[in-house]
Amino acid sequence: MAQDVLQLGSMRFTSRLFTGTGKFAAHAQIPPMLAASGSQMITVALRRIDSASQTENILDFIPKEVTLLPNTSGARNAEQAVRIARIAREAGCGDFIKIEVITDMKYLMPDNYETLRATEILAKEGFVVLPYVLPDLPLAKRLEAAGAAAVMPLGAPIGTNRGLETKELIALLIENCTVPVVVDAGIGRPSHAAAAMEMGADAVLVNTAIATAQDPAVMARAFALAVQAGRMAYLAKMAEESAVARASSPLTGFLH
Amino acid sequence: MQLLVNGAKEQCAKDATLAELIGHKKLRKDSLVVELNGAIIKQELWATTRLKDGDQLELLSFVGGG
Repeated sequence: MAQDVLQLGSMRFTSRLFTGTGKFAAHAQIPPMLAASGSQMITVALRRIDSASQTENILDFIPKEVTLLPNTSGARNAEQAVRIARIAREAGCGDFIKIEVITDMKYLMPDNYETLRATEILAKEGFVVLPYVLPDLPLAKRLEAAGAAAVMPLGAPIGTNRGLETKELIALLIENCTVPVVVDAGIGRPSHAAAAMEMGADAVLVNTAIATAQDPAVMARAFALAVQAGRMAYLAKMAEESAVARASSPLTGFLH
Repeated sequence: MQLLVNGAKEQCAKDATLAELIGHKKLRKDSLVVELNGAIIKQELWATTRLKDGDQLELLSFVGGG
C-alpha cells in the first residue's frame, strides 16, 4: 500500500489522529500521550494569564515536530476569533488555526455563521483554517469556497463522549466535500473513531476521551490503532451488507 | 498612571517599561504573550516599550484546550 498521507496547508501528516491538550490532570501526561498516539497535531488554547497558576508553559510539553493547532475558543463572534488567530500566529504558533466560535453555552454548539465569516477573513491572511462546525453541507461548501483547509464537523457535543450522533450529516460532507473532513468533538471511544474513519473521514480530533481516561497514554494508543484500522478498512473498500444470510461455506457436496 | 490590564484597572509607576511591569508582576516570560493597545509586542521589545497612561494591556498565555 502506498504511503497514506493527509495534506493540510504545506504540512503532510501520516497520523490521522489529532489530539488536544485540554483536561489532562497534569501537563506531564501530554508527552507520553503524544508518543503513544503518534499524533502529529495538537490543539492549544489562548487565555488571559492567571498569575497564581502560571507555573508551567504548556508549549514545553509539546515536542517541536508536533504541529500546533491553536483554537479560538472563547470567541463569541468572527472578529474575536480573528483576533485570537492573529495573536497565536504572532506568538509563534504557526499558521494553523482551529476556528471555534461558540455563543450557545448550554450545548456548546458552534456558531456556523460566525465561523464562516472568520474563515473568509483568515484564509485570505494565509492561515491554514480548520473550522469546527455543525455538519451542514451547504455551509461546508461555502467554507471550501472561502478557502478552508478542512472542515471539522462535530460527532456529538464537546466533551460528551457520545460518538457519531450526527453520522448521516457527516456522511454527506464526506461524500461531497473536496477538502478533508475531520470529525471533531464527541468521539468517546476508539470504536467511534474507527467508525468515523471507516465512513471515510480523513482524520479525527480526540481530546476529552484521551485526557480524562484513567491512563491517557494507553487510551491514546488505543485510539491510534482504531484510527489506523478504520482508515485501512476504508481504503480496502468494505464488503456490502446483506439483509439475508449468505453462506461462507459451499452449500453443495455435503458428506451425508 | 493608570493602565487597563486584562480588563482591570491598575496603577503603575510613571514611564515604566513593559519589561518593568512584567518583572514587577513576577510573570514567567517564556510563555507570556503581550498585546498592547491591540498590537502584539515581541519579547525583545519589552525593555524599550514605555507605557503610557490609559494603555490597554492583555497578558496572555497558551493553556490546555481541545
